[in-house]
Amino acid sequence: MKNIQQTCMALLAAASLFSFNACKPKSAGSAVSGDAAIKAYVPPGKYDEFYNFVSGGFSGQMSVYGLPSGRLFRVIPVFSVDPEKGYGYSEETKPMLMTSHGFVPWDDLHHPELSQTNGEIDGRWVFGNANNTPRVARIDLTTFRTAEIIELPNSAGNHSSPFITENTEYVVAGTRFSVPPDYTNGDVPISTYKENFRGTISFISVAKDGKMDIAFQLLLPGVNFDLSHAGKGPSHGWFFFSCYNSEQANTLLEVNASQRDKDFILAVNWKKAEEYLKAGKGVKQKVKYARNRYDENAHTATHEILDEVTVLDAVALKDICYMIPCPKSPHGCDVDPTGEYIVGSGKLAALIPVFSFQKLQKAIADKTFEGEYEGIPVVKYEAALHGEVQKPGLGPLHTEFDGKGNAYTSFFVSSEIVKWNIKDLKVLDRAPTYYSIGHLCVPGGDSKKPSPKYVIGYNKITKDRYLPTGPELAQSAQIYDISGDKMQLINDFPTIGEPHYAQAAPAELISKNSRKIYKIEENKNPYVAKGEKESKVVREGNKVHVYMTSIRSHFSPDNIEGVKLGDEVYFHVTNLEQDWDVPHGFAVKGAANAELLIMPGETQTLKWVPDRVGIFPIYCTDFCSALHQEMQGYVRVSPKGSNVPITFSLGKNSSDPKAPVKDSTKQ
Amino acid sequence: MKKLLFIAGMLGLIYACGGADTAKEENKDATQPAAEQAATPSSPEKGIGKFSAIELGDKLDAAMATKGEQVYDVKCAACHKLTDEKLVGPGWKGVTQRNKPEWIMNFVTNVDEMLDKDPKAQAQLEICMVRMPNQSLSDDDARHILEFMRKNDGVK
Repeated sequence: MKNIQQTCMALLAAASLFSFNACKPKSAGSAVSGDAAIKAYVPPGKYDEFYNFVSGGFSGQMSVYGLPSGRLFRVIPVFSVDPEKGYGYSEETKPMLMTSHGFVPWDDLHHPELSQTNGEIDGRWVFGNANNTPRVARIDLTTFRTAEIIELPNSAGNHSSPFITENTEYVVAGTRFSVPPDYTNGDVPISTYKENFRGTISFISVAKDGKMDIAFQLLLPGVNFDLSHAGKGPSHGWFFFSCYNSEQANTLLEVNASQRDKDFILAVNWKKAEEYLKAGKGVKQKVKYARNRYDENAHTATHEILDEVTVLDAVALKDICYMIPCPKSPHGCDVDPTGEYIVGSGKLAALIPVFSFQKLQKAIADKTFEGEYEGIPVVKYEAALHGEVQKPGLGPLHTEFDGKGNAYTSFFVSSEIVKWNIKDLKVLDRAPTYYSIGHLCVPGGDSKKPSPKYVIGYNKITKDRYLPTGPELAQSAQIYDISGDKMQLINDFPTIGEPHYAQAAPAELISKNSRKIYKIEENKNPYVAKGEKESKVVREGNKVHVYMTSIRSHFSPDNIEGVKLGDEVYFHVTNLEQDWDVPHGFAVKGAANAELLIMPGETQTLKWVPDRVGIFPIYCTDFCSALHQEMQGYVRVSPKGSNVPITFSLGKNSSDPKAPVKDSTKQ
Repeated sequence: MKKLLFIAGMLGLIYACGGADTAKEENKDATQPAAEQAATPSSPEKGIGKFSAIELGDKLDAAMATKGEQVYDVKCAACHKLTDEKLVGPGWKGVTQRNKPEWIMNFVTNVDEMLDKDPKAQAQLEICMVRMPNQSLSDDDARHILEFMRKNDGVK
């Protein structure tokens, strides 16, 4: 209790030291001035300079905005079903959301991470984490679709991810909750946290074509891993993870995990871990986890369950991990573009400690340790410290860099972004945010080569900014021009879900590779119909397979009879268009899942189990031409045991028996 | 000279009409094949596009026509019948008599520009009311389809 009081007093004292008015948000009206509007204005028809990939938080999705306009371009479904795109509803995409727990249609996506080559953003993929049911996803930036999802065993709450090494060798994922590992008996009293609970960090290898595998996991003492960043340049080969709850508490963590003055940043020598792995020091453990991949030629995802993972015990294998003390429940853990400085940010701190990689190496070599934490050597704070930024604000969270020697840190408690110099640790500028900023982003701001034009803040609370929409308001992002000495707010825009981290990349890096169509000739879906000639309806027992095509402005076939109650109907719809941006939709009355959205040249499948006898309309849901409304048809459902044969047709009109007849009753 | 001035005036008009699109044009990524960008107005009978001189044989090239039919099945048959009956688009019967081979090749490979600018294509659009989808045909595909159209029109 005394400790808490002391902490509170310290914070109060620190707060009273600042001129607090200086960083308090001004009224919305006076927030923007001068030429702000023109700096954020992108005229209709002009392209934005940057893509901004923003996490969707509890929506489970990732959104893509243009910078500086703040225009929303796309919402990419990743961990949550999305009726708009049929993701998680079509037979082809359902496997993407399979886990060892079965079909999990939702998650909590916190951090987008763009792939890098030589420490620079390369525009190939963006990764995202599922915080709840631990998973890591890879999104292909040619299609802006989720290409792969891998589940993580021995984890609970995958917060500390996905962060990558400078050539995307590994994506790491640290567990937020320590738990008994999956291969041990988990039926233990929660009060035995210290004995039975462990933390793991997964190293996921990424192949040249993007395919992911869990290369190994590090077994660590039970703490909470929060955030992370890879070393780069001279510190390539190392990874840094912030962790809290070094108290190893298991209840009321807001008090019980804030007891110690300092928690830790865990420094991991992953090259060393690789050596141990090669030397056979890893232990293979029986576990169960899912890996789901989407094949862009078959337009189909496959789901597999894997049952083994290699675990390296970081406590037994001495020289992989070191702890660096870091004040007041560290959250952000950021490495500057030179790879020399590691910035820790204590959520409850009123200063920012900056560590030096060189000093850390020296401290390790000289064994300048203050002791051990649960078997892991703890380097002396001062031995690894480059210096502290004094009185920067309250509650530092995250830091991004401009590559010109400056750092930008977000302050949750005092609602501001503070610019400071990494070498001399002097505060250079501060700008208010509206309000309670979490993460922030400079395009390329965690890479070796940032594009330092803007810093974007992602805020938790939006009151007063937009028209009210009930008790809940959209969360918001705010863009500041950082091309000059002083930050200037130029724009803000609402976001979906809760934006956590975001990354941005120059548009030219990504737009040139954007996929426009799927070539119909290359369609390898087993149920494709390449042309109307191949459209047909086939009964297999109680399953009815409809090989259907769509093109502006009709389906083939558009009249189907012979479906009976008790049948499972599979509409395999192939979009015959070969034109950019002309998807077709497909919906059937009473379908219990959703619609389909089928890209040009693609085949997607909607499963439908009719629940009553009658006539069921089908139609295209995505406006496609002047005759879009006419893009429709009927399915007749007869009673169980009825003798209506399977028939299908297009262009056979009952009121005009001489109308052109497409081959109908034959298969 | 007068004629030249007239043409210049017409070009000016076309340019003016295209003005609203200039912003869009500037943004067009530089990765598009040069051929597509090089599309220039040809004579009215030949349409707008890269095809200005197509050599047709006196006799049908049966192999090309067969390939053309395969493309037709996948990409064209949904909207075009081989008779003179209009479905979504015009029937193909007589299409090679109504249009120059260059016009057909330009139309099927450069659909959007043709529909936006070519008077003959625009007249067709007024009848059908559905813009022909760009089916991303290769030059070879287009030539094969043309041969298939000739076969359909009775060339042996």
